[in-house]
Amino acid sequence: MTTATLDRAGTHAASRSYGFRSTATMEWLKLRSVRSTPAILGIFSAGMIGLSILVLKNEHYSSMSAADRATFDPTNDGFTGLILGQLAFGVLGVLAITSEFSSGMIRSTLAAVPRRPLLLAAKAAVAGAVMLVAGEVLAFLTFVIGQAALGSSAPHATLGQPGVLRAVLMAGAFPVLIGLIGLGLGAIIRNTAAAISALVGLIFVIPLILVPLGEHLHQEIGKFMPLIMASNSLVAVKPVPGSLTPAVAFGLLCLYALAALGAGGWLLSRRDA
Amino acid sequence: MIEARGLVKRYGPTTAVDNLSFDVLPRTVTGFLGPNGAGKSTTMRMIIGLDRPDGGLVKVGGKSYHDLRSPLREVGALLEAKAFHPGRTARAHLTALAASNSIPKRRVDEVLGITGLGKAAGRRAGKFSLGMAQRLGIAAALLGDPAVLLLDEPVNGLDPEGIRWIRNLLKNLAAEGRTVLVSSHLISEVAQTADQLIVVGRGRLLAQTTVAELSARGNSLEEAFFSLTEGSAEYSASNMSYQGSPS
Repeated sequence: MTTATLDRAGTHAASRSYGFRSTATMEWLKLRSVRSTPAILGIFSAGMIGLSILVLKNEHYSSMSAADRATFDPTNDGFTGLILGQLAFGVLGVLAITSEFSSGMIRSTLAAVPRRPLLLAAKAAVAGAVMLVAGEVLAFLTFVIGQAALGSSAPHATLGQPGVLRAVLMAGAFPVLIGLIGLGLGAIIRNTAAAISALVGLIFVIPLILVPLGEHLHQEIGKFMPLIMASNSLVAVKPVPGSLTPAVAFGLLCLYALAALGAGGWLLSRRDA
Repeated sequence: MIEARGLVKRYGPTTAVDNLSFDVLPRTVTGFLGPNGAGKSTTMRMIIGLDRPDGGLVKVGGKSYHDLRSPLREVGALLEAKAFHPGRTARAHLTALAASNSIPKRRVDEVLGITGLGKAAGRRAGKFSLGMAQRLGIAAALLGDPAVLLLDEPVNGLDPEGIRWIRNLLKNLAAEGRTVLVSSHLISEVAQTADQLIVVGRGRLLAQTTVAELSARGNSLEEAFFSLTEGSAEYSASNMSYQGSPS
């Protein structure tokens, strides 16, 4: 029996340092070879398109009050599915790292790529790119299908109207940022169930806790909550009073994601695997 | 070549590895021996940078693992049987790892062949038996055709055929000039393949010796090993005194 079927000179002559590119290739191969990835993309697609049809088909513009008509925003309403979509991508981000800890894969991964911040950066880039492509494609599909489902009596949104293209682009980008926050939480917490609980706490539970604090506090703190930033700023074509501008909300969400990833990378480097 | 100098690892009040120094030489199989809890696995984890030592340092081929340019091409490690995602196929697992160190794809098929996993390559690794999982771990360790190999208890849970396969593999790897470090708590198993021995107990070096030297110390190799490791076992029979009252 021989183990040296590959001539050592052959492999070692070409031996070059591993780096971001080779690590990202590994992460891409990993992401596409587990069943959770297509399952999550399926749930994301169904949630985005399904809820858009459900909501827009049931808008009764002709029976709306004048006040309701004034705030009627068919673009924003068509992205109700982001409530589910953010959770789907958040879970994808969490699983991209916690599944490695739960299975023991992380030991194989870190033996291949000992520079841990580089590993997390590659994971963020690959998962982020996959989610961004899927997110933007689905955002445009959702917009087109949703507007087609909207009754003929109601005013329809078109991409040419002011703010609409921005809203659609943000509808694709928002869940990606939640996915990256999920990846950061996963690197910090390492356990799948605990990391998903933390994510759900952050995106669903904290906004609910704010409700009994009264309208003023709810609005003042709530405008910094991801989902409220999405629905009141990022995908809103008609500005919602008291909310952040889309640019500020987007910048803030990027900061949240960077903070989560930064903390995750720092802890990943410090702790034993 | 592996050089450990004054390695220390503490977990809270417990000192798992206590000022451990040793050399592992190429062209031979070195057995890393000690009772359960002696610090063997912790030491191996420190060698490949999974755990950070609280003191001392360890170098592989003259470098810290963290500084290796292409780790899989220099060190192959089997530290636990199931270091893979259960939903991924054996081939996908190896292909992803190979990509990280720019190892050509054909090498994946080669290591699948070497480990006899060719026919199982398309199956999800989570469905593998312990023996097959162990083979997949060895395939991953061989991916980069490394000069240094670390295997933590590689025969655990294997059937006699699997054990014989591992023994031959280790001997061949050493004969090809590689540095091979194999941990075990069974001296009789290690003596089948190893010439050099590093014996540890409670995280300390008890002896760096050879199988021949150790067996010359007592009536049998096992006896010599037991007298060497006496008092350093995690659970020693003498600690469990009989508490019942004779009536």
